[in-house]
Parts: sequence; structure tokens; C-alpha cells
Amino acid sequence: MAMFKREYRVLTTCCVILLLCSIGDRVTGGEVPLKKASLMPLWSPQAQFAGYYVALDKGIYARHGIDLTILKAGPGQSPIQSLKDGQADFAVLWLTTALQHRSADMKLVNLAQMVQRSSLLLISKKSSGIKTIKDMNGKQVGLWSGDLSILPRLLFANNGVTVFEVPQSHTVNLFLRGGVDVTSAMWYNEYHTILNSGVDREELNIVALHKQGMNFPEDGLYTLDERLRKDPALAEAFVSASLEGWCTAFNHPDEALEIVIKYMRDAKVPANRVHQKWMLDRMWDLIMPDPSQGSPGLLKEQDYEAVGTALKQEGLIQNYPDYSSFTGRTHAWKK
Amino acid sequence: MPGKNSIFLRLVLVITLCSSLIFAVTLGYNYYRSRVILEKELEGNARNLALSLVNRVETELTSVAKITEGVARALETGRYSEEELLSLIRTTVEKTPEIYGSGVAFEPFAFKAEARLYAPYYYRDKGKIAFCRLEDSYKFVPYPDWDWYQIPKALGKTEWSEPYFDEGAGNVTMSTCSVPFYGVIGGAKRLKGIVTADISLDTLTQLISSSKILQTGYAALLSRNGMVLAHPLKDAIMNETFFSIAEARNDPALRELGKKMIRGESGFILYTSLVGVRSWMYYTPVQSAGWTIAVVFPEKELLANVRSLSITMASMGLVGILLLTLAVVFIARSITQPLRSLAAATHLVASGKFDLELPSVRSNDEVGVLSRDFQVMTESLKQYIKNLTETTAAKERIQSELNVATDIQASLLPRLFPAFPHRPEFDIFASMDPAKEVGGDFYDFFFIDDNNLCFLIADVAGKGVPAALYMMVTKTLLKSEAQRLGEPGQILSCVNNILAADNDTCMFATVFCAILDTRTGVVRYANAGHNPPLIIDSQGTRYMTPKSGFVLGPMEDLIFDPEQFTLQPGDTLFLYTDGVTEAINCADELYGERQLLAALQNGPREKLAEMVHHIRVDVKRHANGAPQSDDVTMLAIKYRGV
Repeated sequence: MAMFKREYRVLTTCCVILLLCSIGDRVTGGEVPLKKASLMPLWSPQAQFAGYYVALDKGIYARHGIDLTILKAGPGQSPIQSLKDGQADFAVLWLTTALQHRSADMKLVNLAQMVQRSSLLLISKKSSGIKTIKDMNGKQVGLWSGDLSILPRLLFANNGVTVFEVPQSHTVNLFLRGGVDVTSAMWYNEYHTILNSGVDREELNIVALHKQGMNFPEDGLYTLDERLRKDPALAEAFVSASLEGWCTAFNHPDEALEIVIKYMRDAKVPANRVHQKWMLDRMWDLIMPDPSQGSPGLLKEQDYEAVGTALKQEGLIQNYPDYSSFTGRTHAWKK
Repeated sequence: MPGKNSIFLRLVLVITLCSSLIFAVTLGYNYYRSRVILEKELEGNARNLALSLVNRVETELTSVAKITEGVARALETGRYSEEELLSLIRTTVEKTPEIYGSGVAFEPFAFKAEARLYAPYYYRDKGKIAFCRLEDSYKFVPYPDWDWYQIPKALGKTEWSEPYFDEGAGNVTMSTCSVPFYGVIGGAKRLKGIVTADISLDTLTQLISSSKILQTGYAALLSRNGMVLAHPLKDAIMNETFFSIAEARNDPALRELGKKMIRGESGFILYTSLVGVRSWMYYTPVQSAGWTIAVVFPEKELLANVRSLSITMASMGLVGILLLTLAVVFIARSITQPLRSLAAATHLVASGKFDLELPSVRSNDEVGVLSRDFQVMTESLKQYIKNLTETTAAKERIQSELNVATDIQASLLPRLFPAFPHRPEFDIFASMDPAKEVGGDFYDFFFIDDNNLCFLIADVAGKGVPAALYMMVTKTLLKSEAQRLGEPGQILSCVNNILAADNDTCMFATVFCAILDTRTGVVRYANAGHNPPLIIDSQGTRYMTPKSGFVLGPMEDLIFDPEQFTLQPGDTLFLYTDGVTEAINCADELYGERQLLAALQNGPREKLAEMVHHIRVDVKRHANGAPQSDDVTMLAIKYRGV
């Protein structure tokens, strides 16, 4: 029954989007030559970015008049830097990252908010007896460097908890071997890796950060303000095509997985189909909102304000722009 | 033609089916046992194979670990200049072919105060020893954040890393043995760094993959996380874990199996292997690295020999059963063929053709004996029937003679009634029904002078011809003596003496002899052992009580006392033989004197013929179809007066 509901939601949402897309098609027209554009995801190819790869592979970007290139991402590649360099027209960034750079005078504009809530988990073994954030006081906690640790640190501070931070690598082996008490994990990625290393769900205590009273949306589509000014139509077409790509991916998950795995192989990244399926399913949970909370791709003002306030309080940013400016609404490229 | 119940068909069916069943059960059991034995043997073989692989891997791992630990201890005890350190690492790599690369990674500022990170690394590259600095080679993740550094640091002990692709330094898939080493700084033991030695996974997996197991069997290597390191499924290597495969196949049992493996358990199980073949697997841990080696034997190949043996046995058995059936058919036919012709012949014999020659049977078995006995039997039957025919002819002749005798006997007794139509003083009526053609009973009545009527009833012991002959003699004697003597007592005495004189056969007769004076109604009588007569007069019907007297024949010189009584006109005297009172029915109940008395009381009195006839009918009613065992004789006399 739940499945049915979910499918129904996907279909209705997608119908709305496709309707919008067809309008966009008519606006852009068929004879106009394709506009070149590029996107840099946060990381190397995986189902976390399935929508973009599907849209590219199925010619959705081309249909929207864009000749898109998805740039190589992953270790050593910085989406921020590529935007700054002009190498990328669009990038996938976390909201916290975008706000920090906006505060540092980089005019980033949020074109769409894909992941609506934090997917970060703090996982411990049941045997350690850690059930809540408070239980983590004085424990060894694996944290990723950079923006990924902002929310956990904020929560530790709010709860008056001091932890021994251990830099976390790309694996969960340190946690599996017992080198740390708590590990950071993305719901759609490391959590599944732990399960598939032979640890059962029942053996784990999981603290989901989005349930800790603070919602930090993650992946969003960004561009620079000046680029948006130059060609708002391109940005609009890019967002429409990307949303349609996600819709297609969710409606045809098997095909989407094939596409993602193809790009993973091209990038010489190990491609585990089950893992990618898990990731795509979780992206569904993270991207497709409750119908009552608006359509996919929308950054909610209240979330934006909450993150801005929290970062400011922590001193991570000096200031943050108003919502309409951050989302580019002042340019009236979207209503 | 015999149908489905014929001996032939039953013999063939039962023997064929039974032997097939026995054979099938034997074959099945043999297959099962062979399988069990094979599996038992296989478990041993699989264990040995797996353990030998484990041993080889373990030897390599242990030697590498020992060398690495040696370097670590050396760094703890001695002070090494940079040059000496580099030389130590290089020598280690050079002298140990198992080691792909080795390095010493220091904690921040632990080697020299001016450099934060310092990690020299020697490794094999195209047959030569190459050198790099890990702090420079790892572009994106600094070496203190790598598993091979973090885990032994956190655990404080020698660790084999989960296999990984060493991008930037070794650039091969490897597993690293990391040993932490310590120094004393300010009186406290502090970590100084990690000594590492890498083994190339390729060499190791080649060792595993090259194990030849049957045709399609294989050996596999799993890491501590269940990661597939060596397996015929090439795509799975370093990409799938046992658990992700279990998830993809939605197979919780596979996941449980994987958990047992990574827990370091050993086991021997029958399962569907990852390549989808029903197989036996023995799995056992490589202790030092926490890995698992599994050897997989496809069940089909394993049982191929047992199966082919079973098929050969089955076909041999089939041919055997076929031969057996043919033999049974042959034997059954050899038994039933003569039986059948014998049956056909005896069928004719049964219909009476005794002259038929039975088919000759040469064999000396039961059928031969039976056949010969049948021959003898028909001979005997023929003889018997011949005798029977003769006897029957003789009997028929006797029968016809007896019929004449019956006529003669009947003609001897006065049968015309009324016997004396011109003598109104009395009525007399008598009847005799012999049990056989000629009877031993008789009656008689005759005048010995004008006024005295002698009437008597007698019963000769026995029946048939001898009794009839004796009766003739007795009757003749009684009549002649009665006419000569005229006195019942004397008559009986005299006749007795004559009969007893030459009585070799010891025959005897009972006689009631009486003489009625038709003028007075006086009856003089004497009784020689005969049943008492009944008298029917004005006082009713009752038995007389004459003196019993002895029977005639066995002894001479007997005296029979004469008695007398007077009949009033209308009185009737009823004489009978024991054939009346001793008539029996099917339940062996006698007719008896009481019933006779009752029948006379209730029966007609006036007409003597009716009276006698009534008693005869009543006796027959009593017998109710039971055969008559004795002559039934009655005589009634009614005195009417002058």
C-alpha cells in the first residue's frame, strides 16, 4: 500500500513537471543550436547524481536545448573551484557549503534544492551502549573533514557534548575494526556499506541527524549570479531538464541504474549494483517531498533561514543573503 | 483360455515385480550410501585442500608480518638516521619477494621537527625497486587518514588492512600489514609511526584461483568484510561483498552464511554457490588477516561417478530382470503347459469320457505324478463304474423279485373287507404298511370253528426278506396250530417250540393271539411279548393290561398264560405293532402310547376302516416326512353281539 502511494506521488509530480517541460520546449524551440553547458557533481559518478546522468543519457538536456557535459568529479576535484574558474556552469553543492562561500563573497545562487534534509547518520554498535548524541560524550567519533562535519559539530555543541574527533576516511573499516566508537555515515552510502560488510541493522544504534531538531538540506544545484544574469533561460532549462531526469530515473530505476553504472565504469569506479540501487531508493526518499510540502527541487524558506541562523550563530558565516536573492528570484527567472 | 488369474501370468508378474522392487531398493540404497561415503570423504578432502591453501596464505602473511614487526622493533630500540632508515626499508623490500612494498609512516613531527608528515615508501615497479614519499604521493587524503594507518594506530596492534587499491603510491590492489611502533617521549610511551609492508593481492588470488577443483569447482577468498577477493565471478572481485550478493539475490541464508564466514568459523555445507550451482563448500578462516578461504565442489560433478555407476547398474539390472522374466516365462510355461493339457483332458473326463487317453508326461515332477495319478484314477473310476453297473443290475433284479415278494406277502394277509359279510356279530379291519418292500409284521384272522374267530397280530424282529420269511413260517404255524388247538396259550407254546427248535439265526417274534366267541363276546387271549392292545368300550378307551409273556423263537418250552375278558356289543379291541408307537419324527421323538390313546379317543369309532385310517394319518403327521423305520400294522375288531 505504501509502495502504491509512493508510485502515485511520483507519477503525479512527474506529470506536473513534464507539463512544465513541454512549455519550456515550445519556448526554446527546435531550430536553435544547443547551448553548451557543464555540471560538476559533488563526487564521482554514483546514484546520488542519477538524475543528471539519466537526463544526459536519455537526451533530456538536449531536448531542453543544452549540450551538457558532466565534469569529472571526486577526489581532488572541487565543484566550488570549478565554478570559480568558470570550468563549470553549474555545480552540485551542499547548502552549508554554498552559504559559507556566499558569505565569503562568492555570489552563488541556488537554482534548485534536491536533497531536502540531512542524510547524515551517526552510527555506533549496540554493544557500545551509545543511543543518543549525549551518550557520545568522551567517545571516539569518526568525522569527515570539511562541511560534512558542520551539522554533527553543531549538534555536539548544542547538546554540550565533547567528543574525540577522529578524521574519517572514505571507508568504514576503522569503525568495523573497533577503532572508533561512532562513525559518520551517509544514509544512502556508508550505512549500506556497513550492512553489506556483514553487520546487521539490529546490531547498530543509529542517530539520524535530521531527527535532532535541525534540518540541513544537502545537495542543491548552484550557479554563479553573473552567469545566471547572462542567460537565465539556460538555467531554467537546466533545472527543468535535471528535474525531469530525476523523475525518469525514479520511474525507471533499472534503466537509471544501468546508466549510472555505465558512467561509473567509464570513470573506473567500482560499481556495485545493489549498492547503487540502495542509493537511488534513498535519493527518492530524500528528493521527493511530501506533496504537502511543495514540489521537488524547491528550497524551503524556513529550512534556508534555519541553516543560515545556525551557521551564523556558530560563527561559520558573518551574514547570509535574503531568501529571494539566494534563490535568484530577484531576477524573476522563475516565479 | 486361462484369464488374468492363470498361474502363468501370476508367476511371471509376481516374480518380475518382486525382483524389480528388490533391485530398485538395492540400487537406491547403494546410491544413497555411496553418496554418504563420498560426502564424508569429500569433507576430509575439502578440509585438507582448504587448510593447505590457508597454510600457504598464512605462511606468506606470517612471514611478512614477522618481518614488518622486526622493522618496527628495530625502530623502537635503535636510533636511525634518514639514510639508515631508507636503507632498512629498501633492504626489507629487496630481500623479501613476498613484499610488494614497504614504508614507515611517522606521526606528525615525529621524525623531524621541521617536517609535519614523513613517510618514505619503497615498492616494486616493473622489476625494480621504486621509491616515493607518501606525504607527497597521496594527493587527496593524507596518509594519517588511511585505514592502514588509522586502524593499527587506534588498536595499537599489528593489523592486516582490508584489501584496497593503493591509488597514488603502489597503484595495485593490495593488503597492508601495519605495525605500530612507539617511542618514549617525556617518560610516556607515545606512538611514533606505523611500519607497513604490502602484499599484492594478485599474487595471492592467483594462488587461490589456480587451485584446480574437479571441472568447474573453485577456491574463493573473502576479506574480513566479506569482500570477494578471489572468485570465478570476476566482476565481483573487489566490488561485491558476500552480503551485497545476498541482498541482490534476496537470500537471507546466504547472508547468514557470510556472517559465519567473517566470524572466523569453519564449516562444510551443501548450498547453491554464487555461480548458481548446487555445491559442497568447505570454508575456513585465514586467522592472521581475518579472511576466509572456501573450496567449492559442484555436487553434480562429485556425484558423476556414483551416478554413472548407478546408471550402469540400473541397465545391468534391467537386462538381468529381462532375462529373469524370460526364464520365469520358460519355467512357468513348462509347468503350466502339461497342466493345461491335463486340465483339458480332465475336463472331458469330468464330462464322463473315461476312455480318453491322458496326455503322457515325461517329467518326473509333481505334474508328472499328478498326470499319472489321474491316469490311474480314470482306470479305477472305469472299474468302479463297471462294478457299479453290475451291482445295480443285480440290485434291480432283487428289487423286482422283492416286488413279487411284497405282492405275495400282501396276498397272504387277509385284505378283503368286510372279511365276513355274512357275520353281523362283529366287524374286523386290519392294515399293514411295510417299512421295506417286505415286512416282518403280520396279522391274521380266521374262524377255527363256526363261532370262534381267531385274530392275531405279530411282529417279527428285523425287517426285510429274513423277517418276511420268518413271518411266513410263524404265520403258517400260527394258523395251523390255532385250528388244531383252539386255545391261545397252547397255540403260542406249541408254535414257540416249533420255532425254537431250529432257530440258528436267533430270530423271534412277538405275538398277541386272541379267540373271540362270537356268541358271547368272550375273548380268550395270550400274549407273547407284544404291545398291549387297547379297548374301546362304554367306559372309554384304555390300554389293556395283559400278561407280557416272552417272545416266540429264542427258547423252547415256554408257557403262555391264557387270559380272557368279555366284549359287550359295541366294544372295540385295537391291536397294533410297535411300528405305530415307535414311529419317530425328525427330532427323534416317538409317537408313543399316549398319542395313540389320544388319537383313538378323539378319532372315529364306528367305522373301523376310518379308525385305522385315522391312526395311520396321525402317525404320518407325527413323522412329518421322516422316513418310516418299521412296519406299521394295526388290527381293530368290533363286537356287535348276536
